Amino acid sequence: MALNAVGFTLPVAILTAWVLARTRFPGRPVLNAVVHLPLVLPPVVTGWLLLILFGVRGPIGALLHDWFGIRLVFTTAGATLACAVMVFPVMVRSVRLSLEAADIGLEQAARTLGAGRLDRLVNITLPLASPGILVGAIVAYATCLGEFGAVITFAANIPGETQTLPLAIYAALQAPGGEAKAAQLSMVSLTLALIGLLASEWAGRRLNAALGR
Amino acid sequence: MNLAVELHHRFPAVQIAIEFSVPSPGIIVLFGPSGSGKSTVIAAAAGLLRPDHCRIAIGDEVLVDTQAGIWLPPERRRVGLVFQDSRLFPHMSVMNNLIFGLRRTGEREIGIDDVIDLLGIRNLLARRPNTLSGGECQRVAIGRALLRQPQLLLMDEPLASLDSARKAEIMPFLVGLKTMLKLPVLYVTHSLDELLQLADSVVLIDAGSVVAAGPVGEISARADLPLARRDDAGAVLVCRVAAHEAARQLTRLSCGPVTLWVPLADLPEGQDIRVRVPAREVILARADVDLSGDVLSLHNVLPGTVRAIAADPGHRASLVEVALGGGSVLARITPDAIARLALAPGTPVTALIKSMSVEILGLSRRGESWRAQP
Repeated sequence: MALNAVGFTLPVAILTAWVLARTRFPGRPVLNAVVHLPLVLPPVVTGWLLLILFGVRGPIGALLHDWFGIRLVFTTAGATLACAVMVFPVMVRSVRLSLEAADIGLEQAARTLGAGRLDRLVNITLPLASPGILVGAIVAYATCLGEFGAVITFAANIPGETQTLPLAIYAALQAPGGEAKAAQLSMVSLTLALIGLLASEWAGRRLNAALGR
Repeated sequence: MNLAVELHHRFPAVQIAIEFSVPSPGIIVLFGPSGSGKSTVIAAAAGLLRPDHCRIAIGDEVLVDTQAGIWLPPERRRVGLVFQDSRLFPHMSVMNNLIFGLRRTGEREIGIDDVIDLLGIRNLLARRPNTLSGGECQRVAIGRALLRQPQLLLMDEPLASLDSARKAEIMPFLVGLKTMLKLPVLYVTHSLDELLQLADSVVLIDAGSVVAAGPVGEISARADLPLARRDDAGAVLVCRVAAHEAARQLTRLSCGPVTLWVPLADLPEGQDIRVRVPAREVILARADVDLSGDVLSLHNVLPGTVRAIAADPGHRASLVEVALGGGSVLARITPDAIARLALAPGTPVTALIKSMSVEILGLSRRGESWRAQP
């Protein structure tokens, strides 16, 4: 679920970050604010907004349900969507920072050598920004595993379907005698977080070395 | 064929109105102070800046003409650009950097092996840019721009970020480039040394307009230009190594009908070279005095005619341009001397130049031999 959330969000996040970093248009501050909303809103509010939009009676949810028979609320797909929305700003920020750090002079050089817009994005900009993109993805993955508020509001807490680690820990703590299980799950969470951070550090270093920095 | 450039653009602070037409192929040096508009010409030619009006043509072939609606984005122009900071792609090997432009064009006039040999970068091909020295980076950047198969090569202060040792290392490659290229090169610099060594034509630019344009020999000898009022002013003569006289420890150079003697130089006979005659080293004598025979210690006694005289208040001196028939020299002498010799434009004079004061350009001080031309 977390992998799906990151996988689906990444291309959109890269595109959004590129738009924010490299283009100027009137609605840019608004787009910037909307992208960052999930970061500052209480996650429960984000979940509630998703419920309104993607619920079976919601404007988008109704369309999906009636035309394609897709139901997002209280399903794994729904939990994935909630996760994706929550990690989106984290990824956009990270990708945007690395895009802005990528030397625009190199793109100019590529331009004079005959590379069009897409060619430059694929062969120059993205490789140069790849450390930031990768680190963003790994951090997003780890954040996803720990998502609580938006998931419980939008997709509920269904073991094996929409239950994220913190949800399981919370459920274990609510049940009598669940402390041992909660402790186990917390250790798992701790380990995953640590692995995620170390992996992002290592991958970032390797990529930077490959880029000759 | 000529390279003709017209450029008009209004910046908030300065108005650019640059027009010149110079022979092509050849290296055209755009020379002038910072902010004078040199780099604007480069940016417009590359398409990175769209000026109010711009027309660039090589012979009959129009590259750019805003009035006729011919304006291509940089990626669709056949123009190579070498930046001051080489801007190699750090995530690619030298080889992949070199062929980046080549892979994006169908033309194959300039061969990859020729470029690699010309620039001496064969042993660098597998390396990453971050392992190269500044001079090596710049050589690769030049190769990359050449392999774009440009109709026009643009070089924006390519040596400005290098120290003098690196400059000396790369200069022979640039001189070699001159002989190989069959295209015009617009070369921006504010180094007089680069101008003297590389320029076929010079375009002097100041405050957004052209002060003078012409062959390097002509521009460097003009008495009325700012170049002549520099401490190191001196005319450039393009000559050929005619013969060595080992017994006398002298080398004879011929610049058209003019013969110049210089101390024995380690150069192959028949080679084309450039020499600089510093203005402060030239003595003028009245033409009606016989100076032939062994009456003087100096070797170069050259008959000529005064073409122009200009004041040089900074040196409390006057500058006299003397036409020799095969080029011109510039003499910096006192106003008193001009009065005593009654010099005026048209006066026949004899220019006296010590063989020791003639500087052979491109020959390093250690006396290393001039790099053999391909």
